[in-house]
Amino acid sequence: MSDALVLKADPFAGAARVAEVPAPGMITLKGDLSSPALADALSSAVGIGVPDIRCIVADGERQVAWMAPDEVLLLLPRAEVGEVLAGLAKALDGTAHLAADVSDMRAVFRIEGGLAARETLAKLCPVDLSPGAFAPGEMRRTRLAQIPAAFWMEGDAFTLVCFRSVAQYAFDVLKEAAAEDARVGYFTEA
Amino acid sequence: MSYRLPKGGRLIDRDTPVTYTFNGRKGTGFAGDTLASALMAKGQAVVGRSFKYHRPRGVVASGAEEPNALVNLGTGPRHEPNQRATTTELFAGLTAESQNHWPSLEKDVGAVNGLLARFLPAGFYYKTFIHPRPFWKHVFEPFIRHSAGLGKAPKEADEDRYEHFYAVVDVLVVGGGIAGLEAARAAGASGARVLLVEQTAHWGGRSPVDVAGGAGRVDTLVAALESMPNVALRTRCMGAGVYDHGYVLAYERLTDHAPGTGGPRHRLWKIRAKQIVTATGAIERPLSFAGNDLPGVLLASAARDYVVNYAASPGRRVVVVTNNDDAYRTALTLHANGVSVPAVLDARPEGGGALMQEARAAGLRVEVGAAIHKAKGSARVEAVAIGGMDAAAPAETLGCDAVAMSGGWSPVVHLWSHCGGKLLWSDAHAHFYPDKDLPPTGRDGQGFVRAAGAANGVLLASGAGIDGADQGAQAAAAAGFEGGDTAGAPLDAPDEAPMQPVWIMPNGAGIAAREKMWLDFQNDVKVSDVQLAAREGFESVEHTKRYTTLGMATDQGKLSNINGLAILSQALNEEIPRVGTTTFRPPYTPISLAAIAGEARGETFQPLRRTPMHAWHEAHGAHWEPVGHWRRPYAYPRGTESVEQAVEREVKNTRQALGLLDASTLGKILVKGPDAGRFLDMLYTNNMSKLKPGRCRYGLMCTENGFLSDDGVVARIDEDTWLCHTTSGGADRIHAWMEDWLQCEWWDWQVHTLNLTEQYGQIAVVGPQARTVLERLGGLNVSKDALPFMAWIEGVLAGHPVRVYRISFSGELSYEIAVPAHHALALWEALMEAGAEFGAMPYGTEALHIMRAEKGFIMIGDETDGTVIPQDLGLDWAISKKKDDFLGKRAQERSHMTDPSRWKLVGLETVDGTTLPDGAYAVAEGDNELGQRRMIGRVTSTYRSPTLGRGIAMGLVERGPERMGEILAFPGTDGKLYRARIVDPVFYDREGEKQNV
Repeated sequence: MSDALVLKADPFAGAARVAEVPAPGMITLKGDLSSPALADALSSAVGIGVPDIRCIVADGERQVAWMAPDEVLLLLPRAEVGEVLAGLAKALDGTAHLAADVSDMRAVFRIEGGLAARETLAKLCPVDLSPGAFAPGEMRRTRLAQIPAAFWMEGDAFTLVCFRSVAQYAFDVLKEAAAEDARVGYFTEA
Repeated sequence: MSYRLPKGGRLIDRDTPVTYTFNGRKGTGFAGDTLASALMAKGQAVVGRSFKYHRPRGVVASGAEEPNALVNLGTGPRHEPNQRATTTELFAGLTAESQNHWPSLEKDVGAVNGLLARFLPAGFYYKTFIHPRPFWKHVFEPFIRHSAGLGKAPKEADEDRYEHFYAVVDVLVVGGGIAGLEAARAAGASGARVLLVEQTAHWGGRSPVDVAGGAGRVDTLVAALESMPNVALRTRCMGAGVYDHGYVLAYERLTDHAPGTGGPRHRLWKIRAKQIVTATGAIERPLSFAGNDLPGVLLASAARDYVVNYAASPGRRVVVVTNNDDAYRTALTLHANGVSVPAVLDARPEGGGALMQEARAAGLRVEVGAAIHKAKGSARVEAVAIGGMDAAAPAETLGCDAVAMSGGWSPVVHLWSHCGGKLLWSDAHAHFYPDKDLPPTGRDGQGFVRAAGAANGVLLASGAGIDGADQGAQAAAAAGFEGGDTAGAPLDAPDEAPMQPVWIMPNGAGIAAREKMWLDFQNDVKVSDVQLAAREGFESVEHTKRYTTLGMATDQGKLSNINGLAILSQALNEEIPRVGTTTFRPPYTPISLAAIAGEARGETFQPLRRTPMHAWHEAHGAHWEPVGHWRRPYAYPRGTESVEQAVEREVKNTRQALGLLDASTLGKILVKGPDAGRFLDMLYTNNMSKLKPGRCRYGLMCTENGFLSDDGVVARIDEDTWLCHTTSGGADRIHAWMEDWLQCEWWDWQVHTLNLTEQYGQIAVVGPQARTVLERLGGLNVSKDALPFMAWIEGVLAGHPVRVYRISFSGELSYEIAVPAHHALALWEALMEAGAEFGAMPYGTEALHIMRAEKGFIMIGDETDGTVIPQDLGLDWAISKKKDDFLGKRAQERSHMTDPSRWKLVGLETVDGTTLPDGAYAVAEGDNELGQRRMIGRVTSTYRSPTLGRGIAMGLVERGPERMGEILAFPGTDGKLYRARIVDPVFYDREGEKQNV
């Protein structure tokens, strides 16, 4: 493996810039998110507790995202995956849970361009992307045109993940939505 | 002969001429014109022909309600039929053709239908084209299809782009007239997020045309709105439909006025609004007098729109006929712009109010209690016979070349009604208007739509703005935003005298006249047709609509509905509100199919799933097969090889040397937890809890009804973890199936599932040389002892972390290697390279299918079709007898399921070695209860086996296993009769020696 990229494609520069970025390490952790055991295990493994519903919490290169009432997604440097999985297994020994390395399952895109980045996603995702409504700290699992996807903000850029098999589709629809001549001009700074 | 007035035209730029082509002839208009105004200015009275009688038709309206002026717009990849000239902004190079004419607009053969009009009454199709039966298919239908329809269907692919946009707002205001502008301002002042959409390119609606000071007020309001950061404004954006929960579709036409200038052509807005204000205005109604469909007869409001907005006059001598005060504005406007108005005919005995006085003061002839008895002319109105409303005969003939008519105004209640808003009838205005006490309601039972201004029945400009501001403020408050300056400013418009309903003109018009009074111009429905429908017993307005086709054309009856309804209610001797309206359905006017599709076209029509090795397959000539959304290589033809030859080579090579299969698409679902074994015992027919860690087992899943649903190999990973493989197409479905049972039925079982399908690439390494090549790659002991059949191990292979399953779907020595997806291509290439000296070749899904069929392995979707239970397939060995329960167990004990005469799986071998046709049925003597030939079986899989050099097949046959050796007859659709012997379904290596080495 040379890198964690699915497409070997040049970034697209339009009204917004769309680029595939190397996927970080990812771990899916399923269990009872309200149990202290799971919260403690998560904290000791990555230093972040269980995020609130629909939120993503970052600490340095590590992030934890709420995915479902019984599921969180850990994002971390790929090199740390094995160690963190082992730590979780140890801490949760005897507690019903599921933890799995899912680092290769997804393609990751970065969409930059301020309001134009918001508009790019608002063409494809049924989400209120206006600046007053969607902000860093929120994790949104949704639909990107016809495929499942999830995104969150880092600064004023978006990170979007989708399954790797549909990476080309995601890139194609993102490029069209981000085209320079397709600006909507709807959002204004909050 | 130009009808362009020397002065005026507030929307046109006389310094910028624009050249266009209509029916092959060049014309020149100005920037700012619509196609309709340009044609009118040119004196083109006839712009199309009617649907049924092919009568010449002219422009009637100036906006979205236009029924007549429909054109085929554009050419080639931008050709589009049924475009309204009145809403088509003129651009350089515009090419339009009128519709429904042959051979030409001027001389139309179909116009003979008009001479036959008395033989083409309402319900004509239903009455006429019944006998003789064969005539329908061979005579009537081809004729109707040729003469029916309006525009021409495009022949080329659309070259434009289309997109969607999701917006969430507190208050959506639809309509940018004075009421909508005031509503947006009032709502915006509260701090709410407001979106205001207007279907035309211009703000203000009727106010700039109708009211002194209207344009100034509009400019002030637009400037105020533009300065509000929480208010967004979009022109050329039509509110198309209102749906449940405040969902609204709006249709933005970005480049229709400038095709080819880049960017998407249409954008479909998908809006979630807490509150909606429909400020959609009102539409003027025609009057029903004989000959009211002649070119030159148009709505009074449209006549003054063309004069004020475009300096295009509908005629040189324009008779105005009305039942209300508003049409006097038209008379005054025409007169002020130098157009002759020979008379204003007011149907009311007492006439009108201040506006009538103004017209009289201007020296215009005003007749009260007056009517048009008949409009005369052929290609254009030439004169009107006029007389009293109650007179039996006309008193006078007035020469004219246009008639401006007004039958009153109907609020545009469409968007209010789409989601269930109710209507009230106003006797004073003779129209339906929104019942504010019965609005469309949201999940909280409260209304989420408010109508404002003319759409709310507040017709006068003096009150529309005030109502708009009031409704806007109320909408904002309902959305949780209070305060702000909400008082709307009144426009200075004179009071008007009451209108008087006039449904036919004159009152006592005879049948000959009523047969020439058009209600629905586009679908050629006349007063006499609706009256006939009533006489024939059509009492429901919905039935009458369908019987007569009233309001069923592309304009959806915007002009005709109320007039038709009134005629029907009179014929039925009922009150209009008791007869009711037809249902208003979205979209308000037609929207493009491409806008609905958005990005779902071309390459992105559908997401295509690619495995990590997809590009490699592509580079190596893969012939693709769709499997779900995946694309899998069917075969890899080389050089001049055919696909069939490639398949044969791949099978032989795999059986004799080494084949590689990309099996990444297989579903892989991790199931973990203290109750996971118990859960899988319920899901699978066989016993998964007893499987030992490190081992694999083939399993079957059934539905509650016992039918086989999916199959695959389950590997036990550790004490409380299993990995379940599903079919390629079944991964998402089976994962959802698992979650359904866990969340809804066994919610207290401690089990977690995770769909890991995409985490791994999976490579099947198959054939006598499979072990050798893995040993050559190194790093893993794959010997018979270290990795026996139906076991798995983890380790590192050629530097890649892998899990290797010793399983076989081909009957050969076979390893399936799961590898993290980012490693998959590298491992595949390493295997190809290391395997080269052993004859490694990739093989596709068809070779896979053939090899499994040679082994008698079933395939979900081939041997199963949702009606087949495992016992039908001889899979009893995979059904646990020890378990108390599993999904499907009880169903499989039903009498029909245990019936010995069920069709069961057998092998089929043609007596002459040929290949059976897929899906062929075996027939026996006699007929079934339906009198059809009795069928006793069917082919489920059939191939030519390269290994055996003959056709092999599997099929389901009545009592099949009891009939070994029997020869069955299979009639083919090719007319041949195929004969095949019932044999064991395992054609190759029955003892399984080859896979267990």
